[in-house]
Amino acid sequence: MQLERFSYDNKIVKWFAMATIVWGVVGFLAGLLIALQLAFPALNFDWAPTTFGRMRPVHTNAVIFAFVGNGIFMGVYYSLQRLVKARLFSDLLSKIHFWGWQLIIVFGALSLWMGYTTGKEYAELEWPLDIAITLIWVVFGVNMFGTILKRREGHLYVAIWFYIATWVTVAMLHIVNSIELPIEFMKSYSWYAGVQDALVQWWYGHNAVAFFLTTPYLGLMYYFLPKAANRPVYSYRLSIIHFWALIFIYIWAGPHHLLYTALPDWAQSLGVVFSVMLIAPSWGGMINGLLTLRGAWDRVREDAVLKFMVVAITAYGMATFEGPMLSLKNVNAISHFSDWTIAHVHVGALGWNGFLTFAVLYWLIPRMWRTELYSKSLANAHFWLGTLGIVFYAVPMYWAGFTQALNWKTFTPEGVLQYSFLDTVNMIAPMYMLRSLGGLLYLSGAILMVINIWKTVAKGNFQANEEAEAPALVKVEAHKGEHWHRFIERKPLQMLFWSLVMVAIGGAIEMIPTFLVKENIPTISSVKPYSPLELHGRDIYISEGCYTCHSQMVRPFRDEVVRYGEYSKAGEFVYDHPFQWGSKRTGPDLARVGGKYPNSWHFNHMYQPTSTSPKSIMPRYTWLLTTGIDIMRTPKMIKGMQTLGVPYEKGYHNRANGDLEIQAKAIAADLVKEKEIQQIMEFEGVKDLTYTKMVALIAYLQRIGTDIKAVPADAKPIH
Amino acid sequence: MSVVILLMICSICVAGGFLVAYLWSVKKGQFDDLEASGFRILHDTKPVADKGDFQNSKIPK
Repeated sequence: MQLERFSYDNKIVKWFAMATIVWGVVGFLAGLLIALQLAFPALNFDWAPTTFGRMRPVHTNAVIFAFVGNGIFMGVYYSLQRLVKARLFSDLLSKIHFWGWQLIIVFGALSLWMGYTTGKEYAELEWPLDIAITLIWVVFGVNMFGTILKRREGHLYVAIWFYIATWVTVAMLHIVNSIELPIEFMKSYSWYAGVQDALVQWWYGHNAVAFFLTTPYLGLMYYFLPKAANRPVYSYRLSIIHFWALIFIYIWAGPHHLLYTALPDWAQSLGVVFSVMLIAPSWGGMINGLLTLRGAWDRVREDAVLKFMVVAITAYGMATFEGPMLSLKNVNAISHFSDWTIAHVHVGALGWNGFLTFAVLYWLIPRMWRTELYSKSLANAHFWLGTLGIVFYAVPMYWAGFTQALNWKTFTPEGVLQYSFLDTVNMIAPMYMLRSLGGLLYLSGAILMVINIWKTVAKGNFQANEEAEAPALVKVEAHKGEHWHRFIERKPLQMLFWSLVMVAIGGAIEMIPTFLVKENIPTISSVKPYSPLELHGRDIYISEGCYTCHSQMVRPFRDEVVRYGEYSKAGEFVYDHPFQWGSKRTGPDLARVGGKYPNSWHFNHMYQPTSTSPKSIMPRYTWLLTTGIDIMRTPKMIKGMQTLGVPYEKGYHNRANGDLEIQAKAIAADLVKEKEIQQIMEFEGVKDLTYTKMVALIAYLQRIGTDIKAVPADAKPIH
Repeated sequence: MSVVILLMICSICVAGGFLVAYLWSVKKGQFDDLEASGFRILHDTKPVADKGDFQNSKIPK
């Protein structure tokens, strides 16, 4: 038997490990800041980049794509080489992958701080970065499939299947959800509108959780848990069932994010059914993970790596039990838009992703540096701080979620709403403070890890290339028949090819609905396209991340209809590129805010929220007054919207700024009538309000949800 | 709601792809031995000089 000598590339693993540590701390810090902002609004610092609306996407993107993303690449690159007994396909591609991904993260964060965002959750990065992500993802794919192709082990271990599913599905999700029309550098509009955009977004959002936060980490679990426990997975058979059942069920569950919205009922029900089914494979996986430790529980008491893993897998089990429960319509009616969702995702993110990443790091670093971990007690301290952090995070958020959601729905015996929205917010302020404490504990634990790993690295001796030896694949399998292995070797390439074809088909098919543009013809005739000024205002709404706290979706419940107004209809959103339904109500719903308050109220509220709403936790938006809109962009915006099927008259882009000026002047004139506003203008040194962002945003806010108020009889839901 | 068609097609394509992959893997004996596969990853393939237990890694499936 011919043995081949080769080496494993540890250097790339080391880089990704360092990146996941650094970005982890950054992401946790950003999370702590926004958590504190909800308890202490002064921490928004009255500065655009640090306001909650911009910091929240920075936090989510940092944690998902920087912390977990680098964690995935670290774990995949380490385990894949050893599972297939081959060095990574190309050292150069590994390098491009690493630096490309880090550049995307840096530019992504900068662009979010500067207010460049598509306004779609977890897909906020603008089109140039979307393209960069696609390219780097392809590099990752080529490197991974190339490695699988030159493997020396015929059998593809279950972890590899999870990695393959991750790559294929994320590629498809990212491309389909990111189809957008660039109107200039760093500004685009989603190709889809309203209900359709919502469905695509949550098909993406749900599957991003499934295939970015779950499947790759399950792959890591199936490799690193047996390695750390030094015993095979409890049931390899179950792991195989886990994998195939999970991927076949997961992709259909997306609509559970849109229950009781204007999405057609059949789509909602489909999402619910598949979500409930998901519990079976998820728990199969969890049980398989925990039972792997059968007979080794004494070591869990000693070994921090195993402790982290046990909590991670338990958190996976809890989150995947809760997920199906949350997708039941009667539960969702309470949980949706509340902090319950925040609790749910953090059990997954802090427990499952965070703890598994820490476990892998504590296991990998000493091995690659050929030494012992610097301090076991520090690692144990990290474990307890992290666990307490999760508890102090999740429990107050569950509490806040139940409390607030029930308060929203409470009527007095006389049949009026008992609490104003602001009352319900202020009541849970202590929970926000406790949650911040949880975040602080979790972050402190992570800092202990940084110290521990720093010290470990300092005393260790890094092995960049780990020598290995294995027989070539052809020798091992030769007895099974002639040349059949050629087929097996080609297979990953074929899979790659077919997945690309599928993605291409998806992209082509995407055009058809838009060319048909049936959906872009309003089913409610009174719904009209936005005026140019309102479009500018909408861009500001998106750019400031208003959707991170305000929904625009009144569900058909008594309390919501009483509190906000007529429930939302699918036909109202046909010109919304992108949709702005939101997923969380830290502030009240805005779907019917148009015409509810005078212009001056909005002015004062945006300039100093507590002036109109005492104890409001909204940041101040003073720069809306001192910065202007770019009217040079107006024609491009109108033309872009026309391309997307919004029926502006032909040639309207030439006249748009004229209409804009008329509308802006009217609002500005209305505003300066108020003495208070004159004083503010004088204080801020603003002479003319006409082209300020403030006026544009007020124009948009006054428009939202008003179209059907004009002709209510005409409104009918599409179901 | 025509976008549902797009999502369906994409989802079915991916699911179909995975179905093909599944059938292929079953046919090619990927799951014939559900015992050794779990054990194999525990053995590293260090060169002889490192007196690793690479022997185990050579056991044919």
